[in-house]
Amino acid sequence: MVTHPILILLLPFTAFAVIVFFGKWLKEKSAWVAILASLASCAVALQAAFHVTQGETLSQSLTWMVINQIPIEFGIVIDPLAAMMLFVVTFIGSLIIIYSVGYMHGDARYPRFFAYLSLFMFSMLGLVLSATLVQIYIFWELVGLCSYFLIGFWFEKKEAAEAGRKAFITNRIGDIGFFLGIVTFFYATGTLRFSDINSELLHAHTGSFMLTLSALLLFCGAVGKSAQFPLHVWLPDAMEGPTPVSALIHAATMVAAGVYLVARLFPLFHGFPEASQVVAIIGTLTAFMAAFFALTQMDIKKVLAYSTISQLGYMMAALGTGGMTAGTFHLMTHAFFKALLFLGAGSVIHGSGVQDMREMGGLRSSMPVTFWTFAIATLAIAGVPPLAGFWSKDEILVSAFDSNHRVMFWILAVTAGMTSFYMFRLLFLTFFGKTRGHGHPHESPFVMTIPLIILALGSIVMGLPGSPLMNHWFQNFLAHHHEALHMNFFVVTISIATSALGLLTAYIFYVVNPNIPKRFAQKYWFLYAISKNKLWIDEIYQATFIRWFKSLANLSFKFDETVIDRAVNEAGFKTVLVSRIKNWIDQNIVDGLVNFTGWITRTASSVLRLVQTGYIHHYLFFLLLGILMIVYSTLTS
Amino acid sequence: MLPLSHILIFTTLLFLIGLYGVLTRRNVVGILISIEIMLNAANINFVAFSASLDVSPQIGQVFVIFIIVLAAATASVALAIVLSIYRNQKTIYTDEIDLLKW
Repeated sequence: MVTHPILILLLPFTAFAVIVFFGKWLKEKSAWVAILASLASCAVALQAAFHVTQGETLSQSLTWMVINQIPIEFGIVIDPLAAMMLFVVTFIGSLIIIYSVGYMHGDARYPRFFAYLSLFMFSMLGLVLSATLVQIYIFWELVGLCSYFLIGFWFEKKEAAEAGRKAFITNRIGDIGFFLGIVTFFYATGTLRFSDINSELLHAHTGSFMLTLSALLLFCGAVGKSAQFPLHVWLPDAMEGPTPVSALIHAATMVAAGVYLVARLFPLFHGFPEASQVVAIIGTLTAFMAAFFALTQMDIKKVLAYSTISQLGYMMAALGTGGMTAGTFHLMTHAFFKALLFLGAGSVIHGSGVQDMREMGGLRSSMPVTFWTFAIATLAIAGVPPLAGFWSKDEILVSAFDSNHRVMFWILAVTAGMTSFYMFRLLFLTFFGKTRGHGHPHESPFVMTIPLIILALGSIVMGLPGSPLMNHWFQNFLAHHHEALHMNFFVVTISIATSALGLLTAYIFYVVNPNIPKRFAQKYWFLYAISKNKLWIDEIYQATFIRWFKSLANLSFKFDETVIDRAVNEAGFKTVLVSRIKNWIDQNIVDGLVNFTGWITRTASSVLRLVQTGYIHHYLFFLLLGILMIVYSTLTS
Repeated sequence: MLPLSHILIFTTLLFLIGLYGVLTRRNVVGILISIEIMLNAANINFVAFSASLDVSPQIGQVFVIFIIVLAAATASVALAIVLSIYRNQKTIYTDEIDLLKW
């Protein structure tokens, strides 16, 4: 039995506090604090996860406040879903923190980077362990905050600062929906505990409009955090942050929080088909659209960013079509190979000094470890059996196929082909052919390549627990009474065929005859322009919502200036006037009275004080006179 | 034996001489001497009454001895004060010392 699961949370937080307060003295050593804390946290988490695999579910909670006799709790729940996330977050997090030691070497704000990473680990683990919706909301905002800090980590760069702001604001839009979702959910059901959300509770509310609305609003939060259409615009810009951040936050863990939330609330979505329909449509749309945008991007990190959005869309689509285990399984495998891809890209950027793929090429010989690990990750995400991505993507396709969403299935299958194409395009452009850069690329230090190797191993084997080879152990672990899974040979064939097709096309386009892409782009210029310009979504937002919002802000500024400020100023002027009058009264009447009293005393005393001559003779004389008078009066009476 | 009334007239004159000295002297030492004269006038009164009334002559004489001792003590204190006034004011003439004046 695990005695202190709270340690999983507290260790990274302690690291954060230590680095924040002693970072100036620790300097380079602050990385060690963060690494030790996250490794220890990983150890505790693994121990807890192991207990969960034995069939125990840990939960501890304490009441925070009571509303209408309904307790709102703070608690920790480690069930199979949370255990899976704990494993992913602590394991990949630790590797990425180790990798950062090499990547961030020599940065001016080195300790602060590790402080932020530790804070992020704390928030993300808090999110995973949350027992109630309110608690998850708090940590949800905290991870958003960390994401903002880390995207804008190099805030001297204007783009980075703006990207951080964009990410934060876009997330806020989703979070408002999330918050309203929590409110409506609480209003409709009177509970916020995840453990209360089960079929019995929902059975009482079958077809309830309120709960459908609440599910959709809660999904809004997931849309923002997991960069689903139409709030996906922040994620590609978030690539301005340091690459380890992109790997940890914007690929492996934080963006998966939306998927995690939907998986957590899965019974709710399962019970309301309208809501899950929306989830599935948004997911599929996002998967397709982002994969389409990724086809023509030239920035190595932008390709990976769109790929992440696309894969998150996959997970959402799986959850929407009822494949709860498929979605979460893909979340886990994706975390491994996408973290690996980002870290590989970071290694490439670190080694070659450029981020544009047009200036790379031929890096295979100069960076062998990066190349081989990157190739493994590419194979994994493209869905080549028997790597991790194949099993999980196959699960999702099966889920879409079985739930009779045929259009969705075909869209996802085409997306799988595109995924394969753009990933191999990335691989070929970066590592194959002749070098087009001018620098001297070199392999990264061991502290960076070792995490790559570990993640590459993970990308190979992580698919096995959910494959038929291990009897779908993962699916049974996650959902005990899981529907009988079967390998659908039609789906498997399609899956392998699309990924092979993507590989082949990319090979022809970028290795055999590098002139084809140009001619292709000219022939289908319209599609090319759409992909290149990402459907002009940023521009559309700029021209509509942002312009409207800015004019609204301008309007309220004008209102502020002309109405509120003027009222305040007028009040100020009036106050000055009144004080002038009061000043006059003070000076002339009140002070006058006081002075008058003083003047009277002075005048009166000026006569009296003549008596006080200061000569002792006079005083003695008066004394004598006094005595004589007393004597006289006693004698006469 | 002198009649009591003569002695009283003498002591009254002595007292008035002392009083006159206190009121008119400018010199502080002079004032002190005048005060001593007044005290001695009182002393003589005591002795005279105790001798003539014949009730208990010792009582009056005891008073006198007390007064002489106290006068010596006050004189020493007063002279010390005079000395320190002189040190501070460079004078012991009372009309030149008017610090108590407004």
